[in-house]
Amino acid sequence: MSSLVLENLSYQYNGTAVIEGLDLTVAKDEIVCLLGASGCGKTTTLKAIAGLITAQQGKVFIDAKLISDEQRFLAPEHRNIGMMFQDYALFPHLTVADNIAFGLTKMSKAQKQQRVNEMLELVHLVGCAERFPHQLSGGQQQRVAIARALAYNPSLLLLDEPFSNIDTQVRFELIADIRRIIKNQQVSAVFVTHSKEEAFAFADTLAIMDCGKIVQQGTPEQLFNTPNSKVVAEFLGQGIYLDAEALTATEYTTAFGRVESLLAQSHAKHVGQLYVRPHHLELMPLQPQSSPANTVTILNRRFVGSHFVYKVIIAGQEIDVAAQLGQSFLVNDDVTIRITPHTVNFFAE
Amino acid sequence: MRFKFSLSRWQFFAWVIGIVLITPLCFLLFESLQGDSEVFSHLWDTVLWDYTRNTLLLILGVGAVSCLIALPLGWLTAYCDFPGRRQFEWALMLPLAMPTYIIAYVYTDLFDYAGPVQITLRNWFDWQSPSDYWFFDIRTLPGAIMMIALVLYPYLYLIFKTALREQSFKLVQASQLMGLSPRQSFYKVSLPLARGAIVAGLALISMEAMADFATVNYFAVSTLTTAVYDTWLGYYSLTAAAKISAIMLLILFLALAMERYSRRNQAVFERQSGVNSETLYNLTGKSAWLATGFCCAVLFFAFALPVAVLIGYAVSYAEQAWNSAFFLYAWQSFKIAMIVSAITIVLSLFVVFYQRIAKQAYPLIPGRLASTGYALPGTVLAIAVLLPLSLFDDKLNTWLEPMGFSPGLLLSGTLFAIIFAYVVRFYAIAHGAVEASFMRISPSLDMASQSMGKSQGQTLRKVHIPLLRRGILTAALLVFIECMKELPAALLLRPFNFETLATHVFQYVSDEQLELASISALAIVVVGLVPLYFVNRSMEQRS
Amino acid sequence: MKKTLAILVGLVVTAPVLAEEAVNIYSFRQPFLIQPILDDFTAQTGIKTNVVFAKKGLIERLKREGKHSQADLVLTSNFSDLIQLEDLALTQAINSEAVNANVPVSFRDADGQWIALTKRVRNVYSSKERVGALPHLSYEELALPKYKGKICTRSGKHPYNLGLVASMIAHHGEAQTKSWLEGVKANLVRKPQGNDRAQVKAVKEGLCDLALGNSYYFGKMIEDPEQKPWADAVHINFPNQDNRGSHINVSGVVMTKYAKNPENALKLIEYMTDNKAQNMYASVNMEYPVKPGVELSSLVASWGSFKEDSLPLDEISKYRPLALKLIDEVKFDL
Repeated sequence: MSSLVLENLSYQYNGTAVIEGLDLTVAKDEIVCLLGASGCGKTTTLKAIAGLITAQQGKVFIDAKLISDEQRFLAPEHRNIGMMFQDYALFPHLTVADNIAFGLTKMSKAQKQQRVNEMLELVHLVGCAERFPHQLSGGQQQRVAIARALAYNPSLLLLDEPFSNIDTQVRFELIADIRRIIKNQQVSAVFVTHSKEEAFAFADTLAIMDCGKIVQQGTPEQLFNTPNSKVVAEFLGQGIYLDAEALTATEYTTAFGRVESLLAQSHAKHVGQLYVRPHHLELMPLQPQSSPANTVTILNRRFVGSHFVYKVIIAGQEIDVAAQLGQSFLVNDDVTIRITPHTVNFFAE
Repeated sequence: MRFKFSLSRWQFFAWVIGIVLITPLCFLLFESLQGDSEVFSHLWDTVLWDYTRNTLLLILGVGAVSCLIALPLGWLTAYCDFPGRRQFEWALMLPLAMPTYIIAYVYTDLFDYAGPVQITLRNWFDWQSPSDYWFFDIRTLPGAIMMIALVLYPYLYLIFKTALREQSFKLVQASQLMGLSPRQSFYKVSLPLARGAIVAGLALISMEAMADFATVNYFAVSTLTTAVYDTWLGYYSLTAAAKISAIMLLILFLALAMERYSRRNQAVFERQSGVNSETLYNLTGKSAWLATGFCCAVLFFAFALPVAVLIGYAVSYAEQAWNSAFFLYAWQSFKIAMIVSAITIVLSLFVVFYQRIAKQAYPLIPGRLASTGYALPGTVLAIAVLLPLSLFDDKLNTWLEPMGFSPGLLLSGTLFAIIFAYVVRFYAIAHGAVEASFMRISPSLDMASQSMGKSQGQTLRKVHIPLLRRGILTAALLVFIECMKELPAALLLRPFNFETLATHVFQYVSDEQLELASISALAIVVVGLVPLYFVNRSMEQRS
Repeated sequence: MKKTLAILVGLVVTAPVLAEEAVNIYSFRQPFLIQPILDDFTAQTGIKTNVVFAKKGLIERLKREGKHSQADLVLTSNFSDLIQLEDLALTQAINSEAVNANVPVSFRDADGQWIALTKRVRNVYSSKERVGALPHLSYEELALPKYKGKICTRSGKHPYNLGLVASMIAHHGEAQTKSWLEGVKANLVRKPQGNDRAQVKAVKEGLCDLALGNSYYFGKMIEDPEQKPWADAVHINFPNQDNRGSHINVSGVVMTKYAKNPENALKLIEYMTDNKAQNMYASVNMEYPVKPGVELSSLVASWGSFKEDSLPLDEISKYRPLALKLIDEVKFDL
């Protein structure tokens, strides 16, 4: 059963469409990430789900129950949704324990106490109960926020860029931690971010948003490997476009020569563009048979730990490429570039 | 080394300001130690308890009624959208321009047994005597509470609304998602978070209520202020009067200290740097009408009705109420109010800036000292101001006379006395408003400015003051309006032939003939509105 | 910046320029009551008058200013302020043949430390409709149970009422006055409030039958078209005509100890006690002039002659603090 369904959701603000006919499905216990550039309507979608704004059109179902359409609107306080805000929105006048207990109603004092203790244990904050939010570190505040949002067993958890204030050093540890907590509590979640790394690390499925719509929804590797549009392709990783023509289901001609696809595709006889990611490109010492099209000059190089990456210009586009195993070049060296066989991303014109 | 020097310079200024502004009170307290406890013990045995009870009830009552009016208004205008919200937002400040003694007079005239409302009712229903029907008595403690609250609530409204605006909306949204209705989030989130602001507003209101004499006297309610006047003017004992004033101040400070202590662990930091410009709730249908209706009702009773009555007086007594010296009075009022606003702002900037940069112990003391004058009843304050000034003048003359100079009453006999008294009285208002907006400036801006080689003085001028513009304007406005209304100090300390609008009005009010000064009374309100308009406009442009 | 500051300082500490020939007055009386008289004085003598009016604290101001005070005269609206000024040694003796000739001995201090200018009677107003005239009424009777719920008055602590209570103490002693006060308080229909006009209005509206009030208010009300109906509804009674006479209060003047313009001040005092000014007091303010033989306003004259309580004012004034104490003790105003 699906936990959340959005159907044809639309929202205008001051006459401008922020969300336009958006559809989204979140399965039970699934973590879905709304991924997109800033201003694409992700946070607005989250607010519409929460009921903090009223969408002009479309339906919202939670656990198959209609909670909002053109006529009806369930107030946010009756939706039983947990939300984690970008700045956590912890109540500065309440202690950690009171913050967590805030959403607990219809419980005896002892029950509340017990639930707070459970949550503190879950987020590894036992002993911080009587502290105030400003006495905690950023990561601790975040764990309080998640404990607070989960304490009252919401049917759905919404997370609005929850990791953007966290130091990169510890961010991925925290992401793993929070993911564990959410999975442990068995709750469906919608997570908003503009960082694909966070999305990959945190979500079960991704939904790429652009201009108020969901462009594509799927697992991270599905979207990465088979994007349905340039937007999705570009968003999930750097790359260059090469003009190409599909000769057969697996063979394409480009200015670089022939490119082979590992998987048969249905673009035969179409003209369009190939989107090539850096890890499908390879630099090698200048080959005698190298044509001017696949000879490039190293603009600069950068050490990334185990190896160098080299900045080059291909078909007028800058890209960072690695060298063939064991090779090393200097700036201004001319080198030959090659496209390794892979499952290609071809966008017909 | 230079750093050290500049810091101690700020410290020096702040302490000088604090000490100078507390001097009158010190003289008064010194006076209270001069023996003579007979009058005091007589009061203790007879009426002091009634007076104390009335004072406490007055303060509590005014505080409670102000909350009932100002908190919903603040919440509605800050968080909700309803018809007329933008206009109400500033219009609800208007009652501030209405002096209490005028509103009290107007309402007594209307609702007294011999007033038009009761006479009309008697005619309609053919009642003969007071025993035939019940009608609330306006000249009572509850009446005085209503009157004072009607003109003082804007303090609380202004401070509370600003606090709500600056709270992150997300806190309210978070509470809503956790199952709280708007009403519940108001009680459980907005209210406790704004507690500091509410207390600051209530402190201003209760000091003003405590110092009020004109209204309670007019309403025949005896409070401790009455006792101060009785002992001084009736028993001719300034000593006992000073003692009672000291007790009043003590009560107030204890109450404020207790409140501060009770939230010592909470540090409310504002994360949000900007101000919410949108609203949270969009009211429609019945609730929108209720909101609009409530705002209209408050405006009607606190402002429109009294102004209408004044206009009525002015029309029917136009000939007597018109006075050729009227523009001169208005100009004198305006001049004094401008000077005092400017001085209090500059002084409060110094003191609050010192609080911010101070690394010494007790940085808050100069501000506390300087703010004390607000709770003193006007005439008592006037005498307290007169004590050091006349002493100074006397010494100056004694010193200069052998050299052939006789400056006379250089300080106590000139406008200096009035201005000094006003500054002592209204410093607290400026300090409160400036302090509140200073706290919203992130300390890292100071560090940034200093790291770029700016001195503290330059930081204050180039970083803080531009950011404080809003706070400074608000502070100046509040002080200005209070100066326009202020009466007892002006009355007692003025030089010969010096009239302000307020003193001119008082001549007639003191004889219960406000009608004859109705045009001047209207002018007090109108002149108070001028800065209100400009401040409001500059705020609108900013946001 | 410096220039602005200089202007500011100049603005603040420059006292208004006082004309060469002037009298400086601290006044407890509203300027509009005395202005016509002062204007006429200036017209006659060319001496300008400067006034500071306040209801409270002027004595304290004078005391603190000491010998540098610019005030030459203090005008008061009741006798206790006059005697207080004398007690604090803020006055100087006025030795003037003219004044002594104008003002009877009982209305000036023996040394001339203070001079009374006008007299006012503490009257009792009664409702024409419900009570009628009460020619034999005494202050003492106001405490009788038959007037329960029928009396209105302003605050007991107002100088006019304090003066009356002090005179009761002078005549009857402390204990009797206290029980009289308790009796009056029990008869009040409402807590003491408003001024004397408001009491007349309350009688007209039927709230009470009897009210204490000064004579000149009544005269002023008859002249005001708005207030005339109120005044028309009441009868003005002069209490204690059968025995000691009605209680009298006075407005008056003192010359300050350190007066800078004593000659001009004396001229003004002489002027104020003389026929013209006394006449104006009588006709404009409806007060009783202190100078014998000055004609009353026709309205005031129509109330008829009456007997005044002849107890000296400084005799009554002694009991003022005690009067205030008794009023506190019986909680007259609460």
